[in-house]
Amino acid sequence: MLNIFVVYVENKPGVLTRVASLFRRRAFNIDSLTVGRTEKPEVSRMTITVDTNPDQAKRIEANLYNLVNVLLVENITHEPAIARDLAMIKVAATHEARSHVLELASVFRARVVDVAPESLTIEITGGEDKIDGLLEVLRPYGVVEMVRTGIVAMRRGTTSAAANPAQTKTPEVAADEGVSYSV
Amino acid sequence: MTKTGAQILWECLEREGVKHVFGYPGGAILPAYDALKHSDIHHILVRHEQGATHMADGYARASGDVGVAVATSGPGATNMVTGIATAMLDSSPIVCITGQVGSKLIGSDAFQETDITGITLPITKHNYLVTHADQLASVLREAFYVARSGRPGPVLVDITKDAQQSSCEFDWDAAKPQTPGYRPDLSPEESEYAQALELIHKAKRPLILAGHGIIVSGAMAEVLTLAEKAGIPVALTLLGLGAFPASHPLNLGMMGMHGEAWVNHAIQEADLLLALGMRFDDRVTGNLKTYAQDAKKIHIEIDPAEINKNVKVDVALVGDLREVLKELLPRVQSVDHTEWLDSIDKLKGDSAVRDVQKLPDNGHLYAAHVINDLWRETRNSNTVVVTDVGQHQMWEAQYFKHEKARSLITSGGLGTMGFALPAAIGAKVARPEAEVWVIVGDGGFQMTMSELATIQQEKLKINIAIINNGFLGMVRQWQEFFYERNYEATPLLNPNFVKLAEAYGIRSMAVTERSQVLPTVRAAREHDGAVLIDFKVEQEDTVYPMVAAGASLNDMIRRPSPIVETAADE
Repeated sequence: MLNIFVVYVENKPGVLTRVASLFRRRAFNIDSLTVGRTEKPEVSRMTITVDTNPDQAKRIEANLYNLVNVLLVENITHEPAIARDLAMIKVAATHEARSHVLELASVFRARVVDVAPESLTIEITGGEDKIDGLLEVLRPYGVVEMVRTGIVAMRRGTTSAAANPAQTKTPEVAADEGVSYSV
Repeated sequence: MTKTGAQILWECLEREGVKHVFGYPGGAILPAYDALKHSDIHHILVRHEQGATHMADGYARASGDVGVAVATSGPGATNMVTGIATAMLDSSPIVCITGQVGSKLIGSDAFQETDITGITLPITKHNYLVTHADQLASVLREAFYVARSGRPGPVLVDITKDAQQSSCEFDWDAAKPQTPGYRPDLSPEESEYAQALELIHKAKRPLILAGHGIIVSGAMAEVLTLAEKAGIPVALTLLGLGAFPASHPLNLGMMGMHGEAWVNHAIQEADLLLALGMRFDDRVTGNLKTYAQDAKKIHIEIDPAEINKNVKVDVALVGDLREVLKELLPRVQSVDHTEWLDSIDKLKGDSAVRDVQKLPDNGHLYAAHVINDLWRETRNSNTVVVTDVGQHQMWEAQYFKHEKARSLITSGGLGTMGFALPAAIGAKVARPEAEVWVIVGDGGFQMTMSELATIQQEKLKINIAIINNGFLGMVRQWQEFFYERNYEATPLLNPNFVKLAEAYGIRSMAVTERSQVLPTVRAAREHDGAVLIDFKVEQEDTVYPMVAAGASLNDMIRRPSPIVETAADE
């Protein structure tokens, strides 16, 4: 099944390569990977999705922890969490098809962000299923180009194991619910 | 105080306790070499950078301290790759220092520029690129800390030429390692201890699988106490040899592909495997589907990524082995396993008749005899054996009985031919009082024999025993068993090793008969310089028993009894 890992890493050059290299070396196949800044300038946050089984997921977690620059790993697959993907879809929309496409976009609460004589570009944010759904109904009109960001995810509620990842030391992390790197 | 990067490098190494480095100079590391004149560190000039890394590795394995290798950029750095991968697979703490082209030239394909941090990323525990002198102290402190803590491993520090040349304020205390994400100090939960104890006390046929982690953690005494207190027999991995005394009645010997039959049968029949600091490598498990199916498994291991990697375990205690055992031992009850031990003893009887040691001297020189005689002769001295990879390595593991930790140094995980000679140099530098023997095949010896010059330049008393069968023996054995004796590319036309050694000024002799073994070994020991002995052994000899790759552990190719009968006929 699709496992979602939230990985806090030190914001240093080459850290993305280390993480990507680990997945390649251990033959874990990344489904999607996003990386960006966090509320702390010295910390970057990755959301990595991997199609794998629970045992393998624990190994991935443990291997990530073996990277010196990795601060915290959370497998939030079974946690209440919000996961979002963003897509921009350029659809061939000539005169007569245009209103149909606009209608579909509005049903999916997507926004039109660019209009050209021969095409429309639609921006949609949501779970992967929702985006897959819109894509499915747009396909007959002709999808000219599409880009997706891959999932970013966050736990629901006020709890955050990573409230202060840069200062988190072993015992606190081990004691925190939902974190199980000691397998 | 203001210092150049080059001065900071050596000062940091000194403060980390480094007394010796193994290296080879070149353009991008020259500023560092120039500053060496102000340092007390002894630099050992190698003949190839691969040798430097194996020496650092041998140094680390013989002493438990971090070994250091130095090389220049480009080819100097890439020559280190094999040695770094060797140290990685065997969890050996080494720090490799490489020069790099000036920071402004990085990415321009400058002369002798190579992306060594990129190349070594998957084969180091961690690596660093240093472009400013003011980063150097904290990076070096961190490098040593990472290399030696937790599960040890190789760390590479790549330093640009301008970082060596420029100056900055040097403050050791301010350069404390900052590794917020690095957690080498895990420890198990109380509930996990309780589960482990329950399994230990319930077991009728328990077995300890003793690995390299015991030696790394220094848990030899604790493992001995555990085995004796709970009456549990001990099987060892190749790198575990020495972690438990070979002469101890509970010691069964080496397990796995070339382990003795009784050891592998015991594993398959056990109802509890207590894996201590080992990682269920494919060479010790054989076919995972049929591996120890009736056994519950407890895994005590410092690296959480090893848990359930190859073998699914019932209880995992993640932490430093010695610390975990200290916690566990007072709660272990004494249990009687006489029945189980007796049944293993019966298995031994069957193997003993097939033992090559029973062969009378019939004029042939067998490697097993040479190695066993060498053990008999040196058993009472402080001996360190360094082996290469192949048949001689397995015979050494079978016929040289190791009583103490760090008395065998060998490349296990990576199986690096050419390891022995340079690693022995590192071991001798680390422990000059030890009697160091290199046991090496004629193939592997020729991979790194240029380091004979290093031995002489450093005036080291190292004894080299070439087990010379004129073949790449282990590959030939596989061809014999699995490729219909098609000896493609395995016969070797060798140089005259005696004359070769003489050219280096090393005393040397050749041995062709068993009766010459002991007198020659004695003469070698008495000589006060390096010695090389060319043991011309039986050419098509075979390592038994053997579990074919991927076969079940109890499915062994056994020593053929006819050998014994033929010998008896003569």
